[in-house]
Amino acid sequence: MSFFKAEGVGINFGGVKALDGVSFEVETGQVFTIIGPNGAGKTTIFNVISRIYDPSQGRLLFCDEDITQVPAHEIAPRGIARTFQNIELFEHATVLDNLLLGRHAHKRSRFLEELLFLPRVRALEIEHREAAEKVIDFLDLQPYRDRLIANLPYGVRKVVELARALCTQPKLLLLDEPSSGLSVEETEEMAFWIQDIRSLLHITVLMVEHDMSLVSSVSDRVLALNYGRTIAEGTAREVQEHPEVVKAYLGG
Amino acid sequence: MRFPFKTSYRQDLTLFTDGVQRNWYLALLLGLLLLPKIVPAYLVDISLVLIYGLCGLSLMVLAGYTGLVSLGHAAFLGIGAYAHVYFTQDLGLPWIVSVALATALTAASGVLVGLPALRMTGVYLTIATLAFALIIQEVFTRWDGVTHGLKGRPVDKPVIFGISFANEIAFYFLSLAFLIGALWITRNLLRSPTGRAWVAIRDSEIAAQSMGVNLAAYKTLAFSYSAALMGLAGALFAHKIGYLAPDIFSVLLSIQFLLMVVVGGLGSLHGALFGAVFVAFLPVLISQGRDSVPAWIGGAVSILGADASAAVFRLTDRFVKQPGLEPGIFGLILVLFILFEPLGIYGRWVKLKVYFSTFPLYKRATFKRQRAYMRSERLR
Amino acid sequence: MGCIYGLVALGFVLIYKATELVNFAQGDLMMLGAFTCYMFVVWYGIGYWVAFAAAVAVVGLFGAVLDSVVLRRVLGQPQFAVVMLTIGLAAVFRSFASIVWGTEIYTLPTPFSAHTSRVGGVSVSHEYVSIIVGTVVLCAVLYGFFTYTKVGVAMQAVSQNQLAAYYMGIPVKLMCSLIWAISAGVAAIAGVLLAPVSLVDINLGFIGLKAFAAAVLGGFGSIPGALVGGLTIGVIELMSGAYLPPGFKDVAAYLVLLVVLAVRPQGIFGAVGRKKV
Repeated sequence: MSFFKAEGVGINFGGVKALDGVSFEVETGQVFTIIGPNGAGKTTIFNVISRIYDPSQGRLLFCDEDITQVPAHEIAPRGIARTFQNIELFEHATVLDNLLLGRHAHKRSRFLEELLFLPRVRALEIEHREAAEKVIDFLDLQPYRDRLIANLPYGVRKVVELARALCTQPKLLLLDEPSSGLSVEETEEMAFWIQDIRSLLHITVLMVEHDMSLVSSVSDRVLALNYGRTIAEGTAREVQEHPEVVKAYLGG
Repeated sequence: MRFPFKTSYRQDLTLFTDGVQRNWYLALLLGLLLLPKIVPAYLVDISLVLIYGLCGLSLMVLAGYTGLVSLGHAAFLGIGAYAHVYFTQDLGLPWIVSVALATALTAASGVLVGLPALRMTGVYLTIATLAFALIIQEVFTRWDGVTHGLKGRPVDKPVIFGISFANEIAFYFLSLAFLIGALWITRNLLRSPTGRAWVAIRDSEIAAQSMGVNLAAYKTLAFSYSAALMGLAGALFAHKIGYLAPDIFSVLLSIQFLLMVVVGGLGSLHGALFGAVFVAFLPVLISQGRDSVPAWIGGAVSILGADASAAVFRLTDRFVKQPGLEPGIFGLILVLFILFEPLGIYGRWVKLKVYFSTFPLYKRATFKRQRAYMRSERLR
Repeated sequence: MGCIYGLVALGFVLIYKATELVNFAQGDLMMLGAFTCYMFVVWYGIGYWVAFAAAVAVVGLFGAVLDSVVLRRVLGQPQFAVVMLTIGLAAVFRSFASIVWGTEIYTLPTPFSAHTSRVGGVSVSHEYVSIIVGTVVLCAVLYGFFTYTKVGVAMQAVSQNQLAAYYMGIPVKLMCSLIWAISAGVAAIAGVLLAPVSLVDINLGFIGLKAFAAAVLGGFGSIPGALVGGLTIGVIELMSGAYLPPGFKDVAAYLVLLVVLAVRPQGIFGAVGRKKV
C-alpha cells in the first residue's frame, strides 16, 4: 500500500499552467520536501491536496484511496493536516480555542446534545482538552495558552499554527514554509520538532521549504519544482547539485 | 485583579469563571425577579427589552459569532409571529405546541435562506438577506388567508395550560424565563464544538475547512438556529404588541436589530443584551428629549439675551418635533459607535473594568486599534 | 427605468472598484441630489442646466467630505463595520432631507417636460430620452476614464492594495475622496434625471435597493455590467408588471437578485475570486 501518491497532477488558472504533470510518492515515516523558486507551484500543490483547488488533470491517492474529488472538509478526518504560509489562525480566539478547533475532525457530540450540554458533551470536551494539552506540552506553548492570537508575536503564531495542525492527529502533515519569518534559533527549534514529529509521533511530513539548511538537515527525499514541472528528485544533496536546479535558482 | 486559580479542565467549561462572578449574576437574577415590585410602571417597556434581547441574541449568534451579517432578520420575526398567531387562533392549537411549531417553521425558513447563502460571501450575503426580507414583507401583505394582509390582525393574550398570562407581571416572567433559557442554550452551544466552528467560520473559512469544518452544514445551522430564536421572539412579540401588520416587520426593524448588535458589542452575549436595552429605550429617550431638550438649550443660551434664547428655543423645537428624526438619530448613533467605539457598549464596559482593576497603571494604548490598510480580497 | 437603475448601480460599482465597499447610502445620495437641484431651481430660480451642474457639484463635494471625515477612519476594519456605517449614514440623510425640505412630494420642472417625439411609431417622452442619453454618455465617459487615464488606473490600484499604492506614490487619500466625489456626483445625476419621472421625495432612496440587483446582476467590478444589469432589471420589471399577477412587479427585482446571487455571484461581467492562501 502506498502512503501518498500524486500522479500527473496538473492545474490551470486561466491560461497559466500552475502545475503540469507533477508526480511523486511519499512513503510512510518519511520527511519529503518540495523546493523550488517562487511561483514554481509549491503552495499550489498543497492547495490541491487540501482540496481548496480542483486539479485539471491527474489524481491523488492517500493510503490507496482516491482523494482527488473529496470535499475540502473531509480531508482532515482522513488524516491529512496542513499549515498555511500566511498564517491562517483565528485572530480573535485564544490559542487554546484554536487548538480545540483542530480537534474538530474528531468531534463526536451531536448538536442536540450540545444544546443542553449533557454530561457526554462535557466528557468529550475534557477529552479534547487533554489531547490539546499534549500538543501544548510537545511544543512548549504553556505560557500562551489563554492569550489571544492577535496579541502574539509572529514566531509564536507559527508554532501555534503547527500545534493546531497536530491536534488533528494526522497521519500526513503538510507544512507550508515552516521556517519563513523565523530567526536562526527558531528555525533550529523547528528542525528538532520536525524530527520529533517523525520519530516520536510517527507522522509523515510533506513540506515546502526555502531554507536549504533546514531542508538538508531534516529531509529524507527532496523534489524540485520549477514553473509547475518536476526538475529533479532524490536526496537533498543530489537535488542541490543537479544542474537543472542550479540553473533554476541562479539563472543562466 | 482577580486571577481564577484553575485546578481542573472542568473549570474552563463552567458557565461562570469563578464563584464571585456567579454570585454577581445571581444577584442580578434576584434583582430581575423583584423588578415588578420595584418599578411596576416600566414593566411594559422591560418586557419589550426582554423580547428584543432574544432578537439580539439571535442576530449575535449569526453576525457576531459566525460572521454572517443579515439585514433581513425582521422577516424571521414576522414569520414566527404570524405562524404562532395562525396556529393558536385559527387552528386552535395549545400555546406551547404553537410556539414550538412556529419556532420550527422559522428555523426551516432559516435553512431556506441559508442554502443559497452558502455560495455568497460578505456583502453579497447581506444584500441577499435584504432582498429576502423585502420579498417576505410582500408575502405578508398578499397572503390574506393567514395574515389578513394590510388590515392586520389582533392577537389574543397567551393562555398556557388554561392559565391566562394577560397580566403584565405574568407576561414579564414568561419572557424572562424564555430569555434565560435561550441564553443558557446559546451559551452551551458556544462552549462546545459547534460554537467554535462558528467562530472559525467568521475568522478564516479556509482554515476552518482544513480542520474539518463542513462550511455548508455549519452556516446553514447558524442560520436556522438564529431563525429559530427569532421565531420564538416573534411569538412573544405578537402577544406584546397585540396587533400584527406587515409594515411592522420592515427593513427599519432589521436595521434596529443590527444596531442592537453593533452598539451592544459584537461577539459577546452581554453585548446583545446591552444593545437590546439601548434599542428598546431609545424611542422613550427620544420622545422625552423632544419635550425637554429645546427648553434646556433655550435656557442655556439665555445668557445671550431673551430674544436669542427664544429664537434658539423655537429653532430647536421645530427641529426635534420633525417626524423623520427618529431614524436619523438611530443612524447617527450607529455611525458614531462604529467610528469611535467599535467594541460597543460591552466593549466600553470591559474597558472600564480593566481601567479600575489596573488603576493606576492603566495605559491609554491598551485598547488602541492598530492602523490598518485595506487589501483587496479579490483574486484575478 | 432600466437606465436609472443602471446609473445608480454605476455608483455602487465605482465605489466598490475603488474601495471594495458597498455603499448602502447610494440611493439616498441620489435623493439628496434631486432635492438639491430642486432647491436650486424652485427656491432660488436658477436655470435648469446650471442648477443641474450645481447640484452635481454640491453632492459630489459632499461625497468627498464624507469620505475624508467619516469613511477614512473605518478603512481596514472588517467590511461589516463599513456596511453598517453606510446604512447608518443613509438613515441620517433621509432624516436630514425630511427636516430641511419637508415630507411632501415635489415636481421638478425641466426643459424636457411635456415634450414628446415620435420614434419609430412609438411616442416617447423627452424626459425618458434624457435619462437614456444621460446614462449612456456617463457610462462611456466613466469607462474610458477608468481604463485609459492615469487617474483611473491609480484608483484601481488603490482598491487592490492600499499599502502598495502608498508605496507607489499614489495619493491614496485624495484618490478615495475623488472616487467618492465621482460616485456621489453620479448619484446626483441619476437623482436629477429621475426627478421628473418619479417626483422628488425622500423615499427616492429605495430605488437604490433595486439598483443593487442591477449592480449584482452586471457584476460588481464592471462598469458596463452596471448598465447592462440595470437595463435587464428594468425590462424584467416591466414584463412582470404586464404578465404576472399584481404585487410581483415590486419583488421581481429582488427575486432576480436572489437567483443571481445563488447561481452566479459574480454576475455577467464581474470577477470574483477566492482569497489566495
